[in-house]
Amino acid sequence: MDPIEFRLPHTIQRPKATPNHGPRTHTTRPIVTGTSVIAFKYKDGIMMAADCLASYGSLARFRNEKRLMSVGETTLLGVSGDMSDFQHMQHTLESLLTQEYDMDDGQKLGTKSVYKCISNIMYNRRTKGDPLWNAYVIGGLDNGQKMLGFVDLYGTTYQSATIATGFGGHLAQPILRRRVEGREDELSEEEAVQILDECMRVLFYRDARSLNKLRRAKVTAQGVEISEPYMLETNWSFAESITGYGS
Amino acid sequence: MFRNNYDNDASTWSPQGRIFQVEYASEAVKQGSAVVGLKSKEHVVLVAVKRSPNELASYQKKIVRIDDHMGIAMAGLTSDARVLSNYLRSEAMRSKMIYGRALPVGRAVNAIGDKAQTNTQEYGRRPYGVGLLVIGQDDTGPHLYEFSPSGIVSEYYAYSIGARSQSARTNLERNFEKFEDMSLRELVIHGLRALRDTLQQGKQLDTLNTSIGFVGKDTKMTILDGENTQAYLDLLDEGEAMETE
Repeated sequence: MDPIEFRLPHTIQRPKATPNHGPRTHTTRPIVTGTSVIAFKYKDGIMMAADCLASYGSLARFRNEKRLMSVGETTLLGVSGDMSDFQHMQHTLESLLTQEYDMDDGQKLGTKSVYKCISNIMYNRRTKGDPLWNAYVIGGLDNGQKMLGFVDLYGTTYQSATIATGFGGHLAQPILRRRVEGREDELSEEEAVQILDECMRVLFYRDARSLNKLRRAKVTAQGVEISEPYMLETNWSFAESITGYGS
Repeated sequence: MFRNNYDNDASTWSPQGRIFQVEYASEAVKQGSAVVGLKSKEHVVLVAVKRSPNELASYQKKIVRIDDHMGIAMAGLTSDARVLSNYLRSEAMRSKMIYGRALPVGRAVNAIGDKAQTNTQEYGRRPYGVGLLVIGQDDTGPHLYEFSPSGIVSEYYAYSIGARSQSARTNLERNFEKFEDMSLRELVIHGLRALRDTLQQGKQLDTLNTSIGFVGKDTKMTILDGENTQAYLDLLDEGEAMETE
């Protein structure tokens, strides 16, 4: 009845009737996981990339996963961490978008609203001791203004011109900061792609849970575009000169 | 009259297809003093006549701020209006908290419309005895809505509810096409003119009994009472003086 009421699953909203005292289910560890997501602002909007791998521990299990999704027409969401928790978030966001569409009143759910909504969900889950084990990167254009934010399993949020999750925070962030910070409105698309590929290459070399098959996405005034998977050129010839490398 | 057979509760239809309890509730709205709402391209305004039960008492507040972008004016049972405004305020806050955005006005009004509707259908409940004019600004521009005890919600360019409001509506019908391009000040003055038509013989609009509210694209919801209405009332009188010359 209430148009913006949030129906959240039983783990968050207590069922009204006397509960059936079944087993308690709390997330204790992530199982199928995605690694880094990197993103930054550039002249036309936001650019984001993530590889196509969902690992099962050390096994490179699912090698054609989509870790970048569009939310409405102006927002891009990238995810790392537990994939089943991401799928839950996907369902929640789909419902939200459907509800908004059904309102049929010309209102659009902007990037800031999606960001706030995800942050609230994440923080509330962490408060119940049952987190969604993810780190999200949310980017988009709100009335022409570029917005790029981060939310993690603790509900920690921040916004920046450059964002990177997981290993990306250690390996890619320094590159992004040096190349992007201060130049968000000047960076051309060509240069942006080049920076993205450079970071993803470093990540493939050094992150043991990464894959050389990645997707790139951008949000501009024309909307959200997610690319098809592609590979990066790598050079492993240095390995021969090192004793024991690769054995 | 045989009206009395079908008017005991809100769950009973009359043979003519009416629910008398809801109609009686609308009578309570007609007893309240008049409020007028009107909008332009950029602003939407409410003006109201405040009543005081006796000389010792204060004048009843008629316009309430819901959020920076939304306000309401009431006619009827003010206690019911209070309950509805508290609900609207919490919904407005929830929207800002969950989605970081101002509650779209149409959704707010439909929310209370749905609330009111349940009171016209469930056994044992009574309809709300208050009508509201809701004004607000959101991404789709300025809006003016009427909320009534039946749960019916309508959007208007200009409207009036309360005692003798038909006179105001007649005035608004004649003039509303001009409102689109008016400035805020002109809009308020036209509102006051329409409001004045609802007053009884010998009564005047003054700083004690007039309340003005407005909101716009770059204007937060503002309510003017007391001395703050003097400037507009003066302009109203000036306009009159000029017209008679």
